[in-house]
Amino acid sequence: MSRRIAVVGAGMAGARFAQQYRALGGDGEVVLYGAEPRGPYNRVLLAEVLTGRYDPEAIALPYGAGTLMRSGCEVVALDPAERELRLAGGESVHYDELVLATGANPVLPPLRGLHAPDGLKAGVHAFRTLADCARLAEDAAGAERAVVIGGGVLGVSAARALAALGLPVEIVHQAPHLIDRHLDEQAGHALRGSLAALGVETYPDNRARALHGEARVTGVELAGGYVLEADLVVLACGVRPRTGLAGAAGLTVRSGVVVDDRLAASAPGVHAIGDCAEHRGIVHGLTGPAWDQADLLAARLAGADDDARYTGSRPLTRLSAGPVEYAAFGEVGENLPGTDVLRLVDPTRGSYKKLVLRGDRLVGGILLGDLAAVGTLTRAYERDDPLPPDPLDLLTSAP
Amino acid sequence: MTTTDTHCPYCSLQCGMRLQAPHDGGEAQVLARPDFPVNRGALCGKGQSATAVLGAGVRPTAPLVRDKRGGELREASWTEALDRVAAGLAATAQRHGRESVAVFGGGGLTNEKAYLLGKFARVALRTPNIDYNGRFCMSSAAAAHRFAFGLDRGLPFPLEDIAKADCVILVGGNPAETMPPALRYFRELRSNGGTLIVVDPRRTRTAEQADLHLQPVPGTDLALALGLLHLAVADGRVDQAFVAERTTGFEAARTAAMAHWPERVEGLTGVPVHQLREALRLFADAAGGIVLTARGPEQQSKGTDTVGAWINLCLALGKAGRPGSGYGCLTGQGNGQGGREHGQKADQLPGYRSIEDPAARAHIAHVWEVEADDLPGAGRSAYELLDTLGTEGGARALLLMGSNPVVSAPNAGHITERLRALDFLAVSDLVLSETAHLADVVLPATQWAEETGTLTNLEGRVILRRRALTPPQGVRTDLHVLRELAARLGVDKGFPEEAEEVFEELRRASAGGPADYAGISYRRIRAEEGVFWPCPGEEHPGTPRLFLERFATPDGRARFAPVTHRPAAEEPDHEYPLYLTTGRVLSQYQSGAQTRRVPELNRAAPGPFVELHPQLAARLGVADGEALAVTSRRGRAVAPARVTDTIRPDTVFMPFHWAGAGRANTLTNPALDPVSRMPEFKVCAVRVERVR
Repeated sequence: MSRRIAVVGAGMAGARFAQQYRALGGDGEVVLYGAEPRGPYNRVLLAEVLTGRYDPEAIALPYGAGTLMRSGCEVVALDPAERELRLAGGESVHYDELVLATGANPVLPPLRGLHAPDGLKAGVHAFRTLADCARLAEDAAGAERAVVIGGGVLGVSAARALAALGLPVEIVHQAPHLIDRHLDEQAGHALRGSLAALGVETYPDNRARALHGEARVTGVELAGGYVLEADLVVLACGVRPRTGLAGAAGLTVRSGVVVDDRLAASAPGVHAIGDCAEHRGIVHGLTGPAWDQADLLAARLAGADDDARYTGSRPLTRLSAGPVEYAAFGEVGENLPGTDVLRLVDPTRGSYKKLVLRGDRLVGGILLGDLAAVGTLTRAYERDDPLPPDPLDLLTSAP
Repeated sequence: MTTTDTHCPYCSLQCGMRLQAPHDGGEAQVLARPDFPVNRGALCGKGQSATAVLGAGVRPTAPLVRDKRGGELREASWTEALDRVAAGLAATAQRHGRESVAVFGGGGLTNEKAYLLGKFARVALRTPNIDYNGRFCMSSAAAAHRFAFGLDRGLPFPLEDIAKADCVILVGGNPAETMPPALRYFRELRSNGGTLIVVDPRRTRTAEQADLHLQPVPGTDLALALGLLHLAVADGRVDQAFVAERTTGFEAARTAAMAHWPERVEGLTGVPVHQLREALRLFADAAGGIVLTARGPEQQSKGTDTVGAWINLCLALGKAGRPGSGYGCLTGQGNGQGGREHGQKADQLPGYRSIEDPAARAHIAHVWEVEADDLPGAGRSAYELLDTLGTEGGARALLLMGSNPVVSAPNAGHITERLRALDFLAVSDLVLSETAHLADVVLPATQWAEETGTLTNLEGRVILRRRALTPPQGVRTDLHVLRELAARLGVDKGFPEEAEEVFEELRRASAGGPADYAGISYRRIRAEEGVFWPCPGEEHPGTPRLFLERFATPDGRARFAPVTHRPAAEEPDHEYPLYLTTGRVLSQYQSGAQTRRVPELNRAAPGPFVELHPQLAARLGVADGEALAVTSRRGRAVAPARVTDTIRPDTVFMPFHWAGAGRANTLTNPALDPVSRMPEFKVCAVRVERVR
């Protein structure tokens, strides 16, 4: 009998694993368990589904010919000793290899008035799944003003999408500038300006503390007491790895399910990839690393590269939505020991470019507004290529 | 003064030219032939100097034989040479079985030679092992063509349609250097208001003429095409009616494209998102849109999928099977098209029939007057055939006609060793090529202006080369060689020496097949400036434009290929940090066996070089002209640096026309496409160092 491979989680990482496993010649029997009611889709495109650019049906992802997709099928327990999964309906299934790709859940901020008896207050939305997206789109059609809580990657793209639907939007962000995990202050401010031109106001250094409204949200109260009127609220306060299944089964879990360089978790036959996995202390939470991990594990389990080792990714974040366009990667702080910073600023044309260098290597960078050099730069970073004698060449020559 | 209308000996355009026979001991003159539609009188430097290679000083004019391994080649009579070849092939077959004898052909051979060479292998030698260098040329495009459209003809329309399109995407081709007379169609396209998009890791002379040049990382054309299909879906540009009425398989192709969103494709290809958007907009807005591929995307270990992805783009946008739209392949060799249709390929019989198809076997066996059961099955593909020469289970004797794998095969150092390991090697060629130097017997062949025969150019137009010059004494045609060898092997009929007689048999053999030549005759070709196949009857006008009513698949619909990007077989790493890509230059042709013997071409392009970006040159501390060593896992080549900002900083380029220390194919990777068996000439990982 052929080897049974169970993949728990049919998101970006799980689907990619299943697709690559087959593409690389794996001949095991792959079952993909997804809690959502439909098969895998491209989560990266959700903001563009919200704007109506993509039809929700059109963003389905491939998951490998012959893979059995079990949608709407939650896995509720794992027994690594017996190599068994228990499903929500009570059914038990055996596996030979298990891939945990359970992803992450949105973090709900500690806000007064966030909840209604049956869930989030009316008008308040998370933004993680197609179902979230459909509810949000429906609600946005009749809404007057929106507030996005959280000004990270997801918050900015949600805000831009809502603005594209014609809504006035405000972003409340705790940190001093937008996308503070990936952008520096100057880029964050420049991005704020670009968003303002689209009708998105930003309130940095601000924390939301309560939601107003009885049946439906009417406003967002900031820590200082000021209330932003809103009948639509999007929560974009980050995500937390979904590790419940792994934790209850006794696997080693810190922030995420801990894996080694083979992407193996602490029990035989169990592996973890994507947003739920913690490798060398890092939970990436980005698609690039999730797919790097999926590809590597697929190569290993398919027998295409038995000894494949994951040594980490060099991810970048990228938004290309009309006038709001940036790419950022690596360390972008000013005061890292042993680094030099190169910067090109063109306020007239609204472009900002920054390189952080250590010796002849690129350790971080930001491109905002003018992305002509993006291909050259991001590849040099990903491949850890030595820089040209004059690193400015990277910013001025294309490719 | 005697002049003869004929065609150029080189590339797949098969430009028309007029030859004036020499008088008073002078040289033959190449004249323009303005009435031939493909080139309308224009010729490149290679065509203009083509007669130089026929001179007696540059070619053998008597057979050469070697009396013992390691001995010198000496002149011999034709009788002795042919006896030696027949005995060498027969002895090996007797000792090791028929499969131990192999035949290797070329994409420069006429249809008649290709046809008869295939017949010779199957009927006289009865070996399955025949393949040819065309496998290294267009096999990926052929496989993708056949999957998508049910038929493989390089261009499904005449070249003139390029000028009439509104947007052309040219992927990995450089006609400004490889087929200059074709460039006029691209210039006319632009002067008619159309748009040219060129995809190439180098800013070639062709790319410089483009409205938009996309400069991807070598080996990422597949991702690029998927990214454009993704944008077509996202931007609502899919031609739903066309997809519904004339195609199948869209859903799976679309789903695969959804895994290739613009920002990801930018990361894979290095082509910025805004350029992807611009390219899609230009192509989707065009009423007539054409995608052309050449060796760049095709000579990859995922060449078939890559071409499939570009065809998908055409299909999704409704740009196929309509006048002024479609996908085409710019074939390379002179008879790259015809050479693959008539049985030179390991898995095919004449008329582009499958050798595994019982009906095809029965038909061909009937024409050949043999039993179908006696026809061998499919043999090894070109690289696999060469790679196993002289090994257990591999061929031990080889008859090689019109090819120079010592220079042109991937991993050429290894292939040279395999050729040396043969028990017996016979080479029939115009010149004493690097491969001929290894042979036990060399048969000096007539070529081009010295003989008559048909070729099928990249448009599927069957043209007629006419004998214009008298060959030197001591040189004979390949058809003569095949007849004499067949007779010595006990098959004394079915191998005519007259080209037209061979063609008449080829017509019958191809009748009813996908590449149907039944209605084509020498008389018609002369009268009509070529005839486009399929042409099933003498009353049939030929088919300049395919697929206008239906595609050649069983259900008449074109098929989307569900393809996903994958990396090159060998990506750069810390040890070999750069990409190597290879290609051609204006004044040389393929392995250079012919053009390196023409003084004026050698003056223009005297030797190999390594093209690299100034940033890379500065890092290596190398100046223009200094010697560079390029090393891959397979070997090391040395050539002078040519510093230019037209190439990506992460990539070096070498032309592949030369043997010796600067041989590019010493370095290339023989990783094969799983479908077409095309080796990955166009991308491998190398290290580059100054030679001190």
